[in-house]
Amino acid sequence: MQAARPMDAQIPAPASAPRAYALTRLSLSNYRSYVGIALECDARPVVLAGENGAGKTNVLEAISWLSPGRGLRGVPFVEACREEPGAAPAAWAVAATLLGPDGAFEAGTGISANSEGETPRRLVRINHAPASGPSALTEIFSVLWLTPAMDRLFIEGASGRRKFLDRIAMGFEPGHAQACAAYERATRERLRLLRDGRGDPRWLDGLEAEMARHGAAMIRNRLHAVMRLMSAMEEETSGFPAAIIALAGEAETLFAADPASACEAIAARLARSRRLDEAAGRTLFGPHRADLDVRHARRNREAASCSTGEQKALLISLILAAARAQSGRAVPVLLLDEVAAHLDETRRMALFDAITALGAQAWMTGTDMTMFEPMDSRAQKFRVGNGAIIPH
Amino acid sequence: MTANSAGPEIERLISLLARLPGLGPRSARRVALVLMKRKEALLDPLVSAMQDVGRVIRTCSVCGHVDTSDPCTICTDARRDPATICVVEDIGDVWALERAGVFRGRYHVLGGLLSALDGRGPETLGLPRLIARLGDGKVTEIILALAATVDGQATAFYISGELAALGVKVTRLGQGLPFGGELGWLDDGTLTAAFRARQSVG
Ligand SMILES: Nc1ncnc2c1ncn2[C@@H]1O[C@H](COP(=O)(O)OP(=O)(O)O)[C@@H](O)[C@H]1O
Ligand SMILES: [Mg+2]
Ligand SMILES: [Zn+2]
Repeated sequence: MQAARPMDAQIPAPASAPRAYALTRLSLSNYRSYVGIALECDARPVVLAGENGAGKTNVLEAISWLSPGRGLRGVPFVEACREEPGAAPAAWAVAATLLGPDGAFEAGTGISANSEGETPRRLVRINHAPASGPSALTEIFSVLWLTPAMDRLFIEGASGRRKFLDRIAMGFEPGHAQACAAYERATRERLRLLRDGRGDPRWLDGLEAEMARHGAAMIRNRLHAVMRLMSAMEEETSGFPAAIIALAGEAETLFAADPASACEAIAARLARSRRLDEAAGRTLFGPHRADLDVRHARRNREAASCSTGEQKALLISLILAAARAQSGRAVPVLLLDEVAAHLDETRRMALFDAITALGAQAWMTGTDMTMFEPMDSRAQKFRVGNGAIIPH
Repeated sequence: MTANSAGPEIERLISLLARLPGLGPRSARRVALVLMKRKEALLDPLVSAMQDVGRVIRTCSVCGHVDTSDPCTICTDARRDPATICVVEDIGDVWALERAGVFRGRYHVLGGLLSALDGRGPETLGLPRLIARLGDGKVTEIILALAATVDGQATAFYISGELAALGVKVTRLGQGLPFGGELGWLDDGTLTAAFRARQSVG
């Protein structure tokens, strides 16, 4: 079931409401290299400068937990606990004041203090009250990121590209995270049944119906995101090439053939592949196998065979298009880890100008503060080091 | 706070309290402290109340509810509608529905949902017990009031399939249930609306 919310472009936000999401306060405790820090800022872009290992990426990762999923490093949330030799890892927490089109929210997330025998959970609080789970954050906040690890996004397996698209889709449709989580749960349940060989057909039918229902929603949300991205993609300007993207996969083809009966078709297809899935030990069909095809428009060449620099530029194009496409409601916060360092000066300027034009609160990191000088008073600058963050 | 700064009996109490919902090790210590400080007013009455409840609770052999008698108060209440049975996940749901006062029939408590990952199969749902209750033809509707989660909906799908051949009308709670919302979390208004808007299955 998808949360009721006005479609982005149709209902403009009231003039007084911010057009971009922003953090105005961030505090971390027992978060990786940080014992405890608090940071105040305004809605302008934020520059974090410091040496390698200073803790810049840790700050961006902390912000990324204000959305569902595994954060910007893609790791289980238990790994973010601060570790100190000889001491038990302490429970981490991130708290922030978030501005958005619906006003200001106090949001917090972290790991539950582990009581005996319980597996730790990721807790989320919104305005000091417990939320049902991380998915609730998509209602009040939106964030996208670009990290050095994503430089190989077009070369490596499809899973990274799916995650990239899903993150964008969440920005358009807050219910997407929940559809993905429910689909995954039903898929795991079905696979367990098949593996245990106790495959009660009626039970499998029920789980496949759930997979089909949530899977169809996932495909619909992803296709919608692809469409929105394409229409927000600008002609190539200042070195950021236009990309042509498409969602590919067997389930996607089935969906596109007849969206109205996609649910039944997906469920039937799953039922037919029980034997094969059981033998393979994994689920061979479904939206979890989709891929995002990306092409460099002008060069008419697939992204994977473009130069490293072109791939990076394509990624930036996609992120900017996603932010632009969401601007009808509110521009997402952008976490751009070490992005500036890999751009030549013209492109760096173009990126800064694009961020300014969007009004996005972009968090940018780098080892060299001078790189951000052109941002001037358009950004607020901090120095990161020795477990502290101080205004520059 | 250092562990084991109190005697073993107290530590045992604290570790049991810490298993209660909503309590962690820290709040369990706080509760234990209050109980000990207020022995006459709290600790002693709590001990005897718990013993009393422990002695008298029974699982109803008809519906699976937990009460002080078997069959339970709801199953033996002649004023309740014998024609409808509401299938719920657990006792907490019975309490939530009773509190909202939307349902005047009887219940079937599953005690949990189907979950392959948690090792809960169809045999744990007590369906033979439910089907036995349909024998005399008095029951005309079975309402599946299960959570809108994957496990809840897969369980509802399974049960409606099992009942399909028996000629009884099976309905599900209507839309308006927030996804993943367990019944106990819902306010009375939402619960009532979901009950009114129930739809036939199949
Ligand atoms: N769980 C943890 N506990 C304590 N320190 C950590 C943990 N995880 C990472 N670190 C430390 O954080 C630092 C890396 O921070 P990072 O944010 O990646 O630096 P950079 O400024 O280069 O982006 C390293 O010194 C690493 O040892
Ligand atoms: Mg880094
Ligand atoms: Zn009973």
